[in-house]
Amino acid sequence: MKCQSCQKEKATIHLTDFAGGQKQEMHLCEKCAAAQGTLVKVQAPPLAELLSNFVSAQAGAQELAKLKCSQCGMTFAEFRAGGLLGCPNDYEAFAAGLAPLIERTHDGGSQHAGKTPAGPPANGAAGRVARLARLRRDLSAAVETEDYERAAALRDEIRVLEQT
Amino acid sequence: MTIDELARQPGEWLRTAGPMSDIVVSSRIRLARNLAGFPFLSRADEQQRQDVQQAVRQAIERAGLGEHAYYFEIDRADALHRQILVERHLISKQHAEAEGCRGVAVDRREQFAVMVNEEDHLRMQVLRSGLQFDAEWEQISRLDDRVGTQADYAFHSRYGFLTACPTNCGTGLRVSVMLHLPALKLTGQIEKVFRAARELRLAVRGLHGEGTEAYGDFYQVSNQITLGKTETELIKEFKDLVIPKIVEYERRAREALVASRPVELDDKIWRAYGTLSNARTINSEEALFWLSQLRMGVALGRIDRMAIDTVNDMFLMIQPAHLQNLVGQPLDPEQRGVARADYVRQRLGGNGASG
Repeated sequence: MKCQSCQKEKATIHLTDFAGGQKQEMHLCEKCAAAQGTLVKVQAPPLAELLSNFVSAQAGAQELAKLKCSQCGMTFAEFRAGGLLGCPNDYEAFAAGLAPLIERTHDGGSQHAGKTPAGPPANGAAGRVARLARLRRDLSAAVETEDYERAAALRDEIRVLEQT
Repeated sequence: MTIDELARQPGEWLRTAGPMSDIVVSSRIRLARNLAGFPFLSRADEQQRQDVQQAVRQAIERAGLGEHAYYFEIDRADALHRQILVERHLISKQHAEAEGCRGVAVDRREQFAVMVNEEDHLRMQVLRSGLQFDAEWEQISRLDDRVGTQADYAFHSRYGFLTACPTNCGTGLRVSVMLHLPALKLTGQIEKVFRAARELRLAVRGLHGEGTEAYGDFYQVSNQITLGKTETELIKEFKDLVIPKIVEYERRAREALVASRPVELDDKIWRAYGTLSNARTINSEEALFWLSQLRMGVALGRIDRMAIDTVNDMFLMIQPAHLQNLVGQPLDPEQRGVARADYVRQRLGGNGASG
């Protein structure tokens, strides 16, 4: 849709008014809307756009694109395309490409200053909940392959962990 | 508690009018967290999503969310119930429309909501009426600590709490307010405010967050920077510097309207009242438009037949899913228009209330 005011740019601002009991719609481009003081919807540039503009401007962009996480298998190129990381380890695996990007999106901030995790569980077993989930998954796999000896061992381990 | 029961009660954050509620409808603090040892959701298979959900549910149960906490499995809920949760700001639009194992834990008073398997494994929020960031931070930080002793968060000494999108890493903190800015819109100054907000690295969005329209002159303003400052610094900046300034602009614009265009202003407000208490069919867009003028009229004391929380409550109840839940049956848009007009007339004690 073309802007109603200049008839040139693409209309990206859509306004509705009910002045005088009549519904009125206006379709304007950003420039004309701003000029008329009626720009109501503002959004930061989408991250993907920011990413591609920024990353392609970086030296060695092609080398960076090849970075690959050994844990989740994501490449930096895939992250650039989708905007979301694959696993916590990507922060290390993509460090060369991510560090400047993070600094830029956080207005120069590059060091966490806030709170730290409350700490390992009172019983001393860090990652207890995550471990339990993994054990349960192994258990159903063992049952499926009829490895009952292993299943029994896993079940005992789960019980102990659940009671702590 | 079921979603149906939830939908019939007014949201806690609307029931009582909090500080600055003439302009600040609600304030919210959200923390993004992920579990160590699991991939982020873009790389998680269904089994891993289930494992995460189970781990998080258990952690929340042990941590204790509050009185009568309930867990809704979003992937098993029907479309209407999912939409009710969106309309109440308990889940995001994206969470409602996504696929795969996911859910939300909510306490009875709807102050807490923890989305599980949205963009991050956990997204915890505290939502309250008016501007109440100090109380909210205390609540959410305490919940975070309790969950954190039950679950192992993905954490990095430099990048803090690790999030699926690097724009959220560090504190994982998002503070946001829902502002009602009809006078700035009427006086054509809203763009100026947004430009200033953008310069302060803030995001401005519509009624239901990312990618939604600013219906009813409601705007959601939130921080974007999450790394390099402490949570209290980020919150303080937002609540002491940013928000009071916007609130001040809106107040001044309202005062200017009262001083220079009182007849035009009252005309708008009373036309709103007239339309809403007489309409026989009305779509969401138009209802929100008039309710916005009415809300301003009540806030300014130009119309004293109702309290501001009654108007807030109408904003919630006229949305499609709440309306259908109220009537107790699915309605097409045309039927919704009639049901909406009936409801609004009744609330305003208008003409021919029984429709």
